[in-house]
Amino acid sequence: MLRLEQRQQSSKTMLYLTPVLAVVSTMVVGGALFLAMGINPFDAIYLLFIDPFIDSYNLSQLFVKASPLILIAMGLSIGFKAGVWNIGAEGQFVIGALSGGAVGLALWGSTGWWILPLMAVAAAIGGALWALIPAVLKIRFNANEILVSLMLVYVAENLLAQMVQGVLRNPEGMGFPESRNLARNDPTSLPDFFDPLGIDAGGVVMLLLLAGAFFLLQKHALGFQIKLTGESPRAARFAGVKPGIIIAVTLGISGAAAGLAGLFELTGAAGKLTIDFPVGYGFTAIIVAFLGRLNPIGILLAGVVLAGTYIGGENAQFLLKLPAAAVTVFQGMMLFFLLGFEILINYRVIRVRRAA
Amino acid sequence: MSTLLEINGLSKSYPGVKANDDISFAIQEGEIHALLGENGAGKSTLVKMIYGLVKPDEGTMVLNGAAYTPAKPHAARASGVSMVFQHFSLFEALTVAENITLGMDDAPNRKELSAKIRSVSQDYGLPLDPDRLIGDMSVGERQRVEIIRCLLQNPRLLIMDEPTSVLTPQEVDTLFGTLRKLSADGVAILYISHKLDEILALCDHATILRMGKVVDTCTPKEETAKSLAEMMIGGELEIHAQTEFNPGADALVVKGLTLMSDDAFGTSLKNVNFTLRKGEVLGIGGVAGNGQDEILAVLSGEEKVEAEMVRLNGEAVGQMGPNERRVKGLLSAPEERLGHAAAPAMSLSKNAFLTGRIRKKLAPGGVMKSRRTNRFAREIIEKFDVRTPGIHVAAKALSGGNLQKFVIGREVLQSPQVLVVNQPTWGVDAAAAASIRQALRQLAADGAAVIVISQDLDELMEMSDTFAVLSEGRLSKQQPSEGLTIEEIGLMMGGDLEGTHHAEA
Repeated sequence: MLRLEQRQQSSKTMLYLTPVLAVVSTMVVGGALFLAMGINPFDAIYLLFIDPFIDSYNLSQLFVKASPLILIAMGLSIGFKAGVWNIGAEGQFVIGALSGGAVGLALWGSTGWWILPLMAVAAAIGGALWALIPAVLKIRFNANEILVSLMLVYVAENLLAQMVQGVLRNPEGMGFPESRNLARNDPTSLPDFFDPLGIDAGGVVMLLLLAGAFFLLQKHALGFQIKLTGESPRAARFAGVKPGIIIAVTLGISGAAAGLAGLFELTGAAGKLTIDFPVGYGFTAIIVAFLGRLNPIGILLAGVVLAGTYIGGENAQFLLKLPAAAVTVFQGMMLFFLLGFEILINYRVIRVRRAA
Repeated sequence: MSTLLEINGLSKSYPGVKANDDISFAIQEGEIHALLGENGAGKSTLVKMIYGLVKPDEGTMVLNGAAYTPAKPHAARASGVSMVFQHFSLFEALTVAENITLGMDDAPNRKELSAKIRSVSQDYGLPLDPDRLIGDMSVGERQRVEIIRCLLQNPRLLIMDEPTSVLTPQEVDTLFGTLRKLSADGVAILYISHKLDEILALCDHATILRMGKVVDTCTPKEETAKSLAEMMIGGELEIHAQTEFNPGADALVVKGLTLMSDDAFGTSLKNVNFTLRKGEVLGIGGVAGNGQDEILAVLSGEEKVEAEMVRLNGEAVGQMGPNERRVKGLLSAPEERLGHAAAPAMSLSKNAFLTGRIRKKLAPGGVMKSRRTNRFAREIIEKFDVRTPGIHVAAKALSGGNLQKFVIGREVLQSPQVLVVNQPTWGVDAAAAASIRQALRQLAADGAAVIVISQDLDELMEMSDTFAVLSEGRLSKQQPSEGLTIEEIGLMMGGDLEGTHHAEA
């Protein structure tokens, strides 16, 4: 029988090395999987992990995919630090796009620089309010925020389906269940700043917010309270932290960030609201947050790596006839290895002989 | 008598510290051998090596003439070495017999085990009902369970880590009777304690550790408490003289305090009354688990009660949270150092911020002032002689005594008007305990009001101006400490309210 025993001291170096180890192990095991499927593993790994970072077209796509992941993961990581597990970022992403998009569609035909910022504010508020539902239920009734936030993803997706068939449907769209294209309308489209790199206004806002998150966690008393709550809830109460406020604030922040990401996706890459609008960024961001060790800089790097697997996955689907699910398997594998290695850092496996 | 365990040159290093350095001594069969030393002297590391929890870097052990290298506690137990820890590992919702079964490597069936528990516990004067729930038992009874659990394995060597810190004086007497009987039956006992009078009364030999080394050995019966303490700390022990007691105005008035505990194994507070005046030290005695944690939580603001129940300088503060009370000068230091008074994985600097933020203005407007915070942390470390490489060390890396000095120092240096401390010297060595008591006394002499909640009666008698006992959530009448005898108090603690029958008139 095997048993886990807590280590007296866990290695700091290994702590930072685990994300790298997890990526490498994913390549090895994933490669074996491809081999079993009759696909050349070297080609597949090259397409998934190397090509996205060297090919110039792919490179411009990289940041477009990475920035919503990073933005959402940044928000989630703040909650995770406090031990508040928001699993429903996908739903907040959808509600953000719906709220911001609704404002943009309501103002259709108007012009002005203020329209897009107004939409962004609406998106952040929408996402935050959606995330506050599990917060209120947790504070009031001690309901598990993991379940509630996850369930609300499906509610949000159904709401989206209703909206694109109803009030938000494009009046000139010949009845298709989709909204007008906000990206093709100047006042509501996301401006590009550094075109060849794919950094748009959303990316810039993301980087600023990332810096803000860094400041919050490192330098601000609220960030201290958030970390203290996660590390030692009883000490946090003794330090005067009100647990309800931390739950509401962290869920609110992560919801707002996911909502903003939803709006940037809508006004940039996606353009219009359809039932296919959510593509799983909200879930992948959970992997990004952990792969980045809940640290703003780590999240930036992890976001780029996972965005790479999205792009590489599309190319591999096209070139190698790789099934679409393979990318999801890859991302899942990465989280699995990451968490697995993490356990081995903090615990050691010992063999226990059963007493006769 | 022949040698049971011989320890030759054991050494163990952790990063940055040599916890044990070339330790050698021997334990004879059937002797009660004291292991004495300040906190951080290396006692825990040493017994962990003997019990197979930690592997020595160097050195050997010989048990009964054969090489002894326990890889884990299971091997140690198989060789006849058992240990009773300071903190128990019992499940409150299970019975005595069930708990004992869980800890056994090869448990007999329940009926056989129950009979065995009864007979062993009778033999050694520790009566125990195998079918009782742990949750319903006092701390002293729980310790019996741990001891019986060890005795069922027929140990040759029993290690006891600070066994009396949780017991009433009467329970201590019972325990000593048991230990003497075990010793007479040939079981050797390695007895770890800070309480010098216990070692004098009980032990045949003593090995004294200081900074990881054996510095002395002696026969306690030929020593005095003072000489033992001097060996332990390597200097003359300063005994503080009681200062004159001239109380000022009322600082903290608690009236009709009642609190229902929402924890199934917690204690509800029932109509607690006391008045604390400026310059006064109130000692609250009693065995742990009789409402101490609850009283602290009510005074710190973690637990809210009706506003009028707690008055600070005349103002009703029962509804205020911890930080609002800190603004008004009511500070506290809980018993549990790691996870309550301090966050284990956070640095000392961050832990200084944890309660110092308000009064020391460490984050005006929300932004943390790291230089000011670091300066405060360093001030605590210097003024309270906290032994640590620096302010960036995690709280959990400090020995219990050093962390306690840090926690007390953190509150004292914020110049409180009222300070409430729970078990301020629990697990702290004599020198550190003396300096903590001195600091609290000084605080009162400077005009603050202090409440010391403790199980150590000698400490309370030494420090307090007035005294009360907490028993099952009720507080006895608050009376002047002078003239009370240890025996009277001990009886009050055991729940005999005779000494206090006029308390709730």
